[in-house]
Formats: sequence, C-alpha cells, structure tokens
Amino acid sequence: MSRIAEAFADGPAFVPYLAAGDPNYEASLSYVEALERGGADVIELGLPFSEPIAEGPTIQSAIVRALEGGMTPTRFFEFVEDLDVDVPLVCMTYYNLIYQFGEGEEKGPEAFVRRAAEVGIEGFVVPDLPAEEAAPLREACDAHDCELVFIVAPTTRGERLERIMSQVSGYVYVQARLGTTGARADLSDQTDESLARIAEWDVPKAVGFGISSGDHAQRVIEAGADGVIVGSALVDIVAKGVERGDPPVTVASRLESKARELKEGALRGAAGSNEQPHPERT
Amino acid sequence: MSSHTGKFGEYGGQYVPEALMPAIEELEDAYQRYVLENEDGFMDDFRARLADFGGRPTPLQHAKRLSERYDRDVYLKREDLLHGGAHKLNNALGQVLLAKYMGKERIIAETGAGQHGTATAMACAHLGMPCEVYMGRRDINRQRPNVFRMRLNGAEVNPVTVGRGTLKEAISETMRDWATNVEDTHYVIGSVVGPHPFPAMVRDFQRVISEEAREQIREKAGRLPDSVLTCAGGGSNTMGVFAEFIPDDDVDLYAVEAGGSSLEVDEEAGVAPNSATLSTGTEGVLHGSRTRVLQDRDGQIMESHSVSAGLDYAGVGPELADLVDRGRVTAVNVDDDHALEGFHRLSQLEGVIPALESAHAAAYVEENHEDLGEVILLNISGRGDKDLETVLEETHGRDIENAPEIETFAETGGFQ
Repeated sequence: MSRIAEAFADGPAFVPYLAAGDPNYEASLSYVEALERGGADVIELGLPFSEPIAEGPTIQSAIVRALEGGMTPTRFFEFVEDLDVDVPLVCMTYYNLIYQFGEGEEKGPEAFVRRAAEVGIEGFVVPDLPAEEAAPLREACDAHDCELVFIVAPTTRGERLERIMSQVSGYVYVQARLGTTGARADLSDQTDESLARIAEWDVPKAVGFGISSGDHAQRVIEAGADGVIVGSALVDIVAKGVERGDPPVTVASRLESKARELKEGALRGAAGSNEQPHPERT
Repeated sequence: MSSHTGKFGEYGGQYVPEALMPAIEELEDAYQRYVLENEDGFMDDFRARLADFGGRPTPLQHAKRLSERYDRDVYLKREDLLHGGAHKLNNALGQVLLAKYMGKERIIAETGAGQHGTATAMACAHLGMPCEVYMGRRDINRQRPNVFRMRLNGAEVNPVTVGRGTLKEAISETMRDWATNVEDTHYVIGSVVGPHPFPAMVRDFQRVISEEAREQIREKAGRLPDSVLTCAGGGSNTMGVFAEFIPDDDVDLYAVEAGGSSLEVDEEAGVAPNSATLSTGTEGVLHGSRTRVLQDRDGQIMESHSVSAGLDYAGVGPELADLVDRGRVTAVNVDDDHALEGFHRLSQLEGVIPALESAHAAAYVEENHEDLGEVILLNISGRGDKDLETVLEETHGRDIENAPEIETFAETGGFQ
C-alpha cells in the first residue's frame, strides 16, 4: 500500500495546500512544516506556473509571490529535499512545467517524475491535464511508483467519469463546486451530488474548493468524503502575514492552529459518520 | 485540415481544467453539427448575417501606387472595411450565433487590442445576448476608443490587473470566469488558439476571407497570387486568409509576426521584447493547447511585446505552428519601427490607414517585394482608427523616416 493510501486508510485525511516558496523559500519551508504539526496527513505543494488558469485570486497571488521570490522547478525540488516532514507530498502544478522539464531527449514527464520521486514526491495533481491528454504522465508515474490524482468536477458525468476512474490513483480530488479555487462561506449541494456519483469508486475521495473552517471539514466528511483538501484558507493566512509584515514564526503558528482546527473538524465528521452511517441532512 | 482529434501534427489538444471539459465536448458536438453539417441552416444564417450586418464580401483592391512602387501587382484584401473595422467580426458573429443555437444565455470574451471585444459586443447587441469582456488594464489604456465602443454596444468591460495587464492575463481571467459559469455561458475565444475545437472552429469562421479573396483575385488578376501575406499574433486573420490557399502549392504563404524592439530575450526578467512566437518560440502548453509559446527554460510563459496590442501575445494557433513546421507557411517578422513606417506608407500612398497589426505585413512587402513574385495579396486585417493615439505617441517618440510632420498634434496633447 502506498503511503498516500495509508494516510487515507487511517482516515479521515486532512490534505492542506501551500504554494512552495510563498512568499520566500525559508519562510515557506517553515509554513509547510507547521502544517504537519497541525495534523496534515498528506501535503499538496504547489509548484508555481505563470498562467494558473484553474486558480482563484488567493492562490494566484501566492503563485505570483512565489515566482517573484525566485521559485523555479529546480528550486522546488531542492525545497522538497530541504523540507523536514514525514507525511507524503503531492506536487500540484500545470502541465507546461512538467512538459518542459529536463534537457534534450530526456525532456518531459519522465524526467520530471523521476526527479520528483528522487526528492520524495509521491503524487501529482495537474489541473490543466484532463484524462485524455494524461497518458505520458500516467506512464511516468507508473514507472516511478507515484500516484496521479485527477479532479472530478460538478460537471463531470457519464463517459468522462469512466475515463477518469480508469486512470486515477492515490485519491480522487472532488471539486466541491464550479469555479476556481478559493475559500467560501458555505458548501454547495454540488459536493453531495459529486460524491454520490463516484460513491462506488475504489479510491479515497478528497473534497476541495471552498473549504475554510473546521465545520466545513466536518460536514464534508459527514457527507461521505475520505478527506478534505484546503488551500485558499491557508494561503490567505500567508497573504495576511505578508500584508501586515508579521514575522514568519507568527504566521507559522497561525497556520498550525488553522490546520489543527481543520483536522479536528474532519475527525468530528468521521466520529459523526460512525455513529450515523447515513445521517439525515437538513 | 479539419481534425476530429483536435491535433495538428503534435500541436493542439485540450489542456483545460476538468470542470470545462464537458462544455468543450458540448461545443465540439455543436461545431460538428451546426458548422460542419449546417444543421438547422446555421451556416446559411451565419453567411446571411455576415452579408447584411457585417458588410461582406469585403473588396479586393488593386493598390495602384504600391504596385507602381514595387513594379508588381499588389492587391489589398480590405477586412478593415468589415463592420467594426476588422476581420474579428467573422469569428465573433459565428460564435455568438452558435452560442445562441446552443441555448447559452451569456457571452464572455477577452480582448487585446479591443477589436475582438468590440466585435463580440456588436454581435451580442445584434443577437440580443448579454456580454462581458475581459481586457488588460494596460490595453484598456492604449485602446480607449474600442473600450468606449464596447460600452456603447452594452457590454461590460472588466479590467484585468494581474501581471502586465495584457491579452495573456485577460485570457486566463476569462477561462476562470468560464470555469465558474460554464453551464450557461459561452466563451468566445478571439483567435485560433485555445482547446479543440476552438482552433478549427475559429479558422472555419474566418475562412470566408480566403474564399472571397481566391475568387476575387482570379477575377481581377486572372490567376492565383504568387504570395499571400498577413500579420500573425494569435493567428485568426492569418488562418482565415491562408485556409483556402493551403492546397495551392504554388502560392507562398507568409505569416508576419511582431518583431517588437528586438528578437533577443531577457530570460532573467522573463520578458521577450517581441511577440514573434513562430519565429522564436518553443513547443509548450498554453491556454488549452499544445503549440509554440514564448517561454523561459523552465516553461514559465514570458511577457511579450509589440507596438500593436493585437499581436502582443505569447502563444499562437496550433494549426499555424504546424503549418510553419511543415514548411507550408513561412514565418517572418517585422520590428516596431518598420511597422510604423509601413503604417505611414500605406496611409500616404493608398489612403488606407491600416491597423498597426496589418502594418507589419505591409512593411514586410516593402523590404522583400522582390522575393514575393508578380502578384502579391496583402491582407489588411483591420483599420487603424483604434491605433491613432499609439501611432502619434510612438511616431513622435522615435525616428520614423516617412512619418508626416506631427509635432503640433503631439505638443497639444494629441486627441485628448
């Protein structure tokens, strides 16, 4: 069983996201480490791309800060090597960076995944790579024992679901609602519908997009998810720290307590689900 | 050339967020039925509207004084005379009409120079569809007349402030809107770029340029041209005027790109001082398709530059990239200064004030007419009214040898 699968098997999994290098290399290392102390089971690390078409304004700004701070694919792999965390790491990035990585004949998904696996990355999420175009990356992941996570959107139905199911590994990223990433005050019915459509899939289901509080995390797990993915609500803490000029140690401690709140929410959700396998929702 | 897989050689494809894939599949289906198979008489409706509302066919003008100057026959395909002042209406009208046939309720678009936004706003007003246009803050500042025209047609113009505030950022922003509102909204992409079926579909809406030009030049010159030239940014007028000539092996096709201020690239700053994607770009994945892009070694997309906002884009249509790789189309480029010279020359010699985009192609003919054969077809993709302030500022600021005396205008603050 892969370490990512184990993280979900011990469930419910809390999967936080941060953009690597936001706002700079050193601070970002301490932020990612704070997430583990706060209870992260798997961490999604963003490798920043200049045209993040699937991201909302919060994560887009984080990506701009990280790029301005000098983050590159090469630095990203150094960053992962320098990180002192034990939980499995998933690299979230856009396809062009994967496609361009390496030199000459070696260039492309194989070179990227090989290097990523060397430094300890165990999975990938690539939001602009639908299942139709994913074969080269899928092969590279298989060759290096890495997971390839796909996103299921509220609009995904019919044959597309089959196509994704046949390719996905690690966990499936269930997009809670239409749109781009970004924290929201409430969760949509789209989450329940999306979870219902893939209820039979033999892969853990992690819900992301819009989760910003422990209560959200609880509700998502109660709705049947195996994990929660949280990005913008955490990135927002980094952004506020930059805005106010707070020292990194303060920001790291805020991230740790936010992570704890989210993880505890997920745990509450699991406890509730155990008592009531099919809770009535109002 | 039409491709069901959406691939042009190695280029093309569909690289978009999962949430958009069902909308793209729906669009593929609509493209197949309405555009390729003329279901419900869609193409007849489209062509009738292009004639009555758009003013097609546009003329093919024998450019007498240019012909004398170069001692060969130069013909101008006058897309600047299409309603709205550019070829952009062909595509915008086609897509807004298609969205209507598909039952969509809202139109979004992005725009660089403002020509596509203007065309989309006009098509939406004509067809009674609500319209929002995303436009880079920097482009809004340099293309104000077009922004006003969009407003007059009832469109909302949303400024995009991220990055350098040009077309590249506006496209990303429009994709985000689409991902949020995909169920009732159609995104009218402004060029032969983006995920399949956009590159093929936009080409088919623009193909009317070469359908007309091919007939017209046969009538006027008695034969096909030796060469066809036009400017290339994203490549929609380029593919439009090339499409019907592609099987004619004796007709040389030239895509004239914006050489900007230099072809050298500043890797450190992530800036290409040009928009010459076909000439200097490398294979990558941008805005939904695999194509040639201006990027650094890591694959980060570069900021591009051109004196003409409509060419200022770091990508190019995948089909055009493939035609260049296969040697069917020759990619060349013209720098900002020469484009300005071309602008003034066409204005003075033919009484045609071209868009700065088209001026690039005109400038290439000036420098290279001896290699272009006896009959030259030059596509004037749009008119230059939108560029007057830019031309005033840029001409005043540098040494353009054939420019008229404009000191007085510049000193009195131009048109403000």
